[in-house]
Amino acid sequence: MAYGNAAFAALSDPTRRQVMERLAAGPRAVGDIAVGLPVSRPAVSQHLKVLKEAGLVSDRQEGARRIYAIDPKGLGAMRAWLDQFWDVALTAFAAEAERVAANDEKEDAP
Amino acid sequence: MSLAIKPAPVKKTLVVAASPQTAFEVFTTGFDRWWPRSHSIGDSPLKTAVLEGRQGGRWYGLLENGAEAEWGDVLAWDPPNRLLLAWRIDAGWKYDPALLTEVEVLFTPEGSGTRVNFEHRLLGNMGAEGEGARAMFDSEGGWGTLLQMFAAEAAKAS
Repeated sequence: MAYGNAAFAALSDPTRRQVMERLAAGPRAVGDIAVGLPVSRPAVSQHLKVLKEAGLVSDRQEGARRIYAIDPKGLGAMRAWLDQFWDVALTAFAAEAERVAANDEKEDAP
Repeated sequence: MSLAIKPAPVKKTLVVAASPQTAFEVFTTGFDRWWPRSHSIGDSPLKTAVLEGRQGGRWYGLLENGAEAEWGDVLAWDPPNRLLLAWRIDAGWKYDPALLTEVEVLFTPEGSGTRVNFEHRLLGNMGAEGEGARAMFDSEGGWGTLLQMFAAEAAKAS
């Protein structure tokens, strides 16, 4: 299945979901996010970059540290979910509409 | 510092091999036959998805445990061309009658089939309340559910 949705693609990775869970508790620096995660700190930085590009995470410089934060309303993730949900729903709708249309045609045939 | 974002509407266009009449009927009267079961919101599995075919009609799920999960209502009923629904599920996956997001579906003849223009808009309203945002992160049914849904979809896709 292809996703034309950067946020959804970003959240399909389990480590990135863990990063998002940690950020849901509040803004954090890379080092704090990485504690206890089974990946290296540079790898966490790379995941943060993907999440930022997908519009799910923002960052700001605070002294020597870069602080990462989640969109506080979670709307980026919500929109990504809805986008994917409606793909699934409308695909099912189209299949059902075409099944009904094909049946009607059969019944109308002499 | 404000981190608020304005989410763009979710838009979809598809062409189905069915007349606008058939497409509209299946979308509305036949709602239960295509609405995805895997995405049910509620304490109990979804038994029947209902969309009442009239302006002001309700749009809800009958759950296996007998409860009803409200989703919203019909704002405009104009068969076979246009359907406008209110989706009143907030970011904490709770029904909120004061919340308005709109789902508009337009059915236009195209060749022997129908072009369906779909739009789910006003998504920014889901975050209009600061309390709503906090609820999303605090509630078990909110943020955690959303991430689990992503995990489930990703597992299916891989």
